[in-house]
Amino acid sequence: MRTPSGGRARVRSDFPIFAREFDGRPLVYLDSAATSQKPAVVIEAVADHLRNHNANVHRGVYALAQEADAAYDGARRAVAGFAGAQTDTTIFTKNVTEAINLVAYAWGRANLGPGDAVLITQAEHHANIVPWQVLCRERGAALRYLEVDENGELSLAALDAELARGDVRLVAFTHVSNVLGTINPVAEMTARVRAAGAVSLIDGAQAVPHMAVDVGAIGADFYAWTGHKALGPTGVGVLHGRREILEAMEPFLTGGDMIASVDFQSATWNELPAKFEAGTPMVAEAVGLRAAVDYLGRLGMDQVRAHERALTAYMLERLAQVPGLRVVGPAEADARGGLVSFTIDGMHPHDIAELANRAGVCIRAGHHCAQPLMRCLGVNATARASVGVYNEPADIDALVDALVRGREIFGL
Amino acid sequence: MDDLYRDYILDHYKQPRNFGELDPHDLEALEHNPLCGDELGVHIRVKDGRIEDLRFHGHGCAISQASASIASEELKGMELEQVGALDADWMIELLGIPVSATRRKCALLNLKVVRGAVTGDNAWPT
Repeated sequence: MRTPSGGRARVRSDFPIFAREFDGRPLVYLDSAATSQKPAVVIEAVADHLRNHNANVHRGVYALAQEADAAYDGARRAVAGFAGAQTDTTIFTKNVTEAINLVAYAWGRANLGPGDAVLITQAEHHANIVPWQVLCRERGAALRYLEVDENGELSLAALDAELARGDVRLVAFTHVSNVLGTINPVAEMTARVRAAGAVSLIDGAQAVPHMAVDVGAIGADFYAWTGHKALGPTGVGVLHGRREILEAMEPFLTGGDMIASVDFQSATWNELPAKFEAGTPMVAEAVGLRAAVDYLGRLGMDQVRAHERALTAYMLERLAQVPGLRVVGPAEADARGGLVSFTIDGMHPHDIAELANRAGVCIRAGHHCAQPLMRCLGVNATARASVGVYNEPADIDALVDALVRGREIFGL
Repeated sequence: MDDLYRDYILDHYKQPRNFGELDPHDLEALEHNPLCGDELGVHIRVKDGRIEDLRFHGHGCAISQASASIASEELKGMELEQVGALDADWMIELLGIPVSATRRKCALLNLKVVRGAVTGDNAWPT
């Protein structure tokens, strides 16, 4: 992977946090699926906005307010362009959870009723399960699940069979599973959903930061992702929507900035995207996300994917050398994003993560906000290691060394 | 020697005391650790206002399993009134290892379950 100044070492040094040490050890960060670390350009962009360009947006006539407007609107243009989406159908939300709740509330309540069904998959994050549970309960609709097979993959034939039942109004699925790592065939899925007259929603939280994603080419009706997993700040997520659907929808949250005019008893709605952004938005965070996608764009998303695919392949190879270790999800790195969940016989995942921490290695353990999937896998929890642009093979080696040492401590 | 995974902790983890079902039993409760989804339940047999016998069941990490196992040996024979008064310090001291803030619930889950079964109060011990 090259940067404007060239070289791999340069990428890692772009992230100030790697100057830190823990008990004299360098930081080995393998938890990017939870949140990414931030390059200096992002940190500086947020600080520069707050230091030099801060004013409320879409209200002021003075020069400073115009700078803030330009920064926020420019962030939206850059973020939309990065994901292959149009600017005015790109809505800033707090995170993916809020984006999915927006669709469940504003689209779902108007378009679902008794006899209708929402179809999701067994591999969803709670953020892409619970809003549909609440919606279906409220509207008297059914919530059904597409099964994940033993290799962690979905079946297009099973999707066809579900759609053929004729009652499915919305299909929501993850682009890359946050537990299995599986890259789902999203374009094939959205084409089938659209042909069946249903609406598609994709959770792209684990995809957009790690591979070239073209929302337009994928053809999703809704596509959500979040800034903090994409080298950006927390507090800013993104929802791309299909224009005609967004225009037909009522708002989600109501209040300032999302209105065209307000009378004593009623109001009319602003145009896209303001209609879905009530109140003062997360301006500094959006500016930070813009710096993040600009940075990723300079690295090149195909190079990012190639780097992370190679690391994932190396991780699968090295983990296979640990006795009693079982990987969940696809066996091949080509079928995966940059994360690997695993269990070790005789060690609880929390103990695995605790022992990794002793070697300065940050991994996650638990149900990863996917308890239904855990049940399908027949486990209560897994450990998960995930990579980002700043990781090196040496990080994987440190993890494997910690796992081997952990097994010794446990007398395995 | 690891300060957390000491021999006796791992011994209790691998061969937990008083684990299984206890039938018939007078009191029971089941709780989840929200951190990881692990679950721990307890069956308690009562005689003359005391815990005559108890069994834990469920699954969890070394800290939660060892905590339950170690606590079970202390809880047998204890007056029910006394059980309601047990607090987090009692459990952490009994465990005898430095428990980080994030693992605290692992160590306290068993006490939460037992106090819930005995008093009906299923608040986290403090």
